[in-house]
Amino acid sequence: MSDTALSSLPITAFEDVAALSARRSARWRPGLVAVQGPALHNEVFALSREAAGAGVALALALDDWRHVPRECGCEAEDRRGVLWVQTREAARLGGRPCRAGLPADLQGRVIHVLAEKVEDALFALEEGLRCRDLAFVIGEIPGNAKALDFTASRRLTLASERHGVPLFLVRLDAARDLSSARMRWEATSAPSAPPRWNAQAPGDPAWHAELFRARSHAPGEWLLGEDGKTLRAGRAGGETDRAVANWAAGLQHRRAPRRA
Amino acid sequence: MSALLPDAARPRRILSIWMPAMAMDHWRLGDGGERHALDDKPLVLIADTAHGPRIEAANRPGMAAGARRGMMLADARTLCPDIATAPSDPAGDLAFLERLAIWAQRWGPWSAMDAPDGLLVDVTAVPHLFGGEGRLLADVAEAFARRELTLRCAIAPTAGAAWALSHYGPPGAILAAQDDAEAKLADLPVAALRLDDDVLTVLRRLGLKRLGELATIGRDAIQRRFRNRKSPAANPLIRLDQILGRVPEPLLPVVPQHMPLVQRRLMEPIRHRQLLDQVVGDLAEDMARELEARGEGARRLELGMWRVDGEVVVRRLEMAAATREAAHICRLFAARLDDVDAGFGIEMLRLRASWAEPLALEQGDIEAAAETHGTSLAACIDRLTVRLGRDAVTRPVPFASHIPERAQRWQPPLEPEPTSQGELAFHKRPLKLLDNPEKIAVLYATPDGYPRRFRWRGEVHEVARVEGPERIAPEWWRERGGARLRDYYRIEDDRGRRYWIYRLGIVGDGRGGAPDWYLQGLCA
Repeated sequence: MSDTALSSLPITAFEDVAALSARRSARWRPGLVAVQGPALHNEVFALSREAAGAGVALALALDDWRHVPRECGCEAEDRRGVLWVQTREAARLGGRPCRAGLPADLQGRVIHVLAEKVEDALFALEEGLRCRDLAFVIGEIPGNAKALDFTASRRLTLASERHGVPLFLVRLDAARDLSSARMRWEATSAPSAPPRWNAQAPGDPAWHAELFRARSHAPGEWLLGEDGKTLRAGRAGGETDRAVANWAAGLQHRRAPRRA
Repeated sequence: MSALLPDAARPRRILSIWMPAMAMDHWRLGDGGERHALDDKPLVLIADTAHGPRIEAANRPGMAAGARRGMMLADARTLCPDIATAPSDPAGDLAFLERLAIWAQRWGPWSAMDAPDGLLVDVTAVPHLFGGEGRLLADVAEAFARRELTLRCAIAPTAGAAWALSHYGPPGAILAAQDDAEAKLADLPVAALRLDDDVLTVLRRLGLKRLGELATIGRDAIQRRFRNRKSPAANPLIRLDQILGRVPEPLLPVVPQHMPLVQRRLMEPIRHRQLLDQVVGDLAEDMARELEARGEGARRLELGMWRVDGEVVVRRLEMAAATREAAHICRLFAARLDDVDAGFGIEMLRLRASWAEPLALEQGDIEAAAETHGTSLAACIDRLTVRLGRDAVTRPVPFASHIPERAQRWQPPLEPEPTSQGELAFHKRPLKLLDNPEKIAVLYATPDGYPRRFRWRGEVHEVARVEGPERIAPEWWRERGGARLRDYYRIEDDRGRRYWIYRLGIVGDGRGGAPDWYLQGLCA
């Protein structure tokens, strides 16, 4: 549909479309970014003993990146870089990114920042979010650092939304504290599906991910898996549907009085 | 050596220029050439006083007819009834002198005004450019003659001596540095000391007419007579010392300055506020550029609006701090322009910064642009390296090696990647590598070599699935002989956590005891 066709519609039509799409997108799913726009500040809670946090963050980021709609007429390849910020403690606990092990799309793009303190890491994250030449920013910060309070996370959200650079912040070994992140996940490794040729070998990565707080989605649990270039999400946990129903109902109830 | 000690080796040389008829000359030069027609008729410039018009200057026929400076016009009229008059213009004369002072800097690095009709130019170390001091004086005389200004000039080591010689000495006098100034100047009248009239009267009554005679009555006598006169112009001793260079005489140099001024002439007179705002905005931007070029900011601005019917509307603005922000200036002016009556239209606008203060150039604009459009990658990395250090911001690049921790190097992020041979990706690599492989205790290994259970960081992992081994031999061209080969295994434990572990060496390779196990990478 072209722009002129859209602009000729009355405003009320958009209201209905918005409500409809909100109900449809009540549940998160891969590729949703194409419809709804990216959630620009994400947090992934994970343990430092496993690479699930970074894995999920990368998977979500790549999923967004592949599905985000390009503006018309933009044929140039997206050659923007990726900023990967770690504190030294995070690098000691979980290791540094290994170029050969990164997704093929990212191998030549990663710029790594090793910060001594959490404050420095936050500074680097914010500078990265302000940079128009970055596709997304990944951060790894261990524990519940004092510097990373609500104000700091709000700063990150604002910078991210202002310049449209998504942030995926991996919180290693952290408790669920106050934050203004738009989507907050908790991720652990899950047994992978057996590969086709060698059933005894570990397969493609799989994770158990819980979306426990999101601004525009219902919370829920998923089994995420990545094969090649796509992110797959399967159901996990039975209570998800009920939560979705309640959440959608609440949404409609809230919308009703606003209609004139 | 003489260059190092200019004062000792080369005393100062001051050029004094006196224009005895400057007011008259200035009047003649004004208003095109038609005033030259009055040259051969008696003419005086008059100023109004409480007792009637008084003569300020007279031309040559006027002088011949008996008109003198300071006479009442009525007295001159009795001597010469057909004398023509014109108003004198002291302020204009001063401005003219100011322009002359800047023009006179062609003969020396700085010049000072000697109001009302003289100039002082410092020509120290300059005369060789003109071929000597005599030639310099000739050049001065020629240049002033070309501008139709009469003058007398002299060069002396001090401003006082130069002034005395130019006013009372022979034309083109030069007092050389090695001359005995006291003897040379002895014949000049005491008026050459630049003294007040009442002091001159006192000296005349004392019978002292020449500079040389001052010395005859002794310094003490003059000192007693004028002991309560502190101003140089009232104390002959101070002036005498200044002439001879015994005490310094500060002079105020003329420094040319131009006032930031921008203006727009309009093709069509404007009558509407919207257009006026547009033009004021343009002017403010021009002014901002002008001020920025000078490294200044405006404290006071004057906006003049010339109307078609000949009226000029002026609006002034004063700022608390120096500024050159065009938008800010426009906002401030907007409130002042509400009551401007455009009449039949405004045909010209001029914005003038009558008071400007130094305002350092700053990079505020770059920051603002970054706020709205985001920084470039180079700027981002600059900021990161400045705060975090050069080693903190890096990019992983491949390196030709089999050993995993050596196969990757870190280099500055914006340098081009080194060329490398593409590796065939037979084997998967972990997402992350630990800085140092961590030793694990394998609790149970099956006979064919697979680890079944191991302890890492205090927790026991049950290995569920294994792929391997991938044997990586030591790089014998880099390492010493004792290095052992590594058998890498990709494993997944019972809870789905995936790792990359290796066994260093094999049993019976003769390079140490039982092989150790290490965990090196974490797979996604």
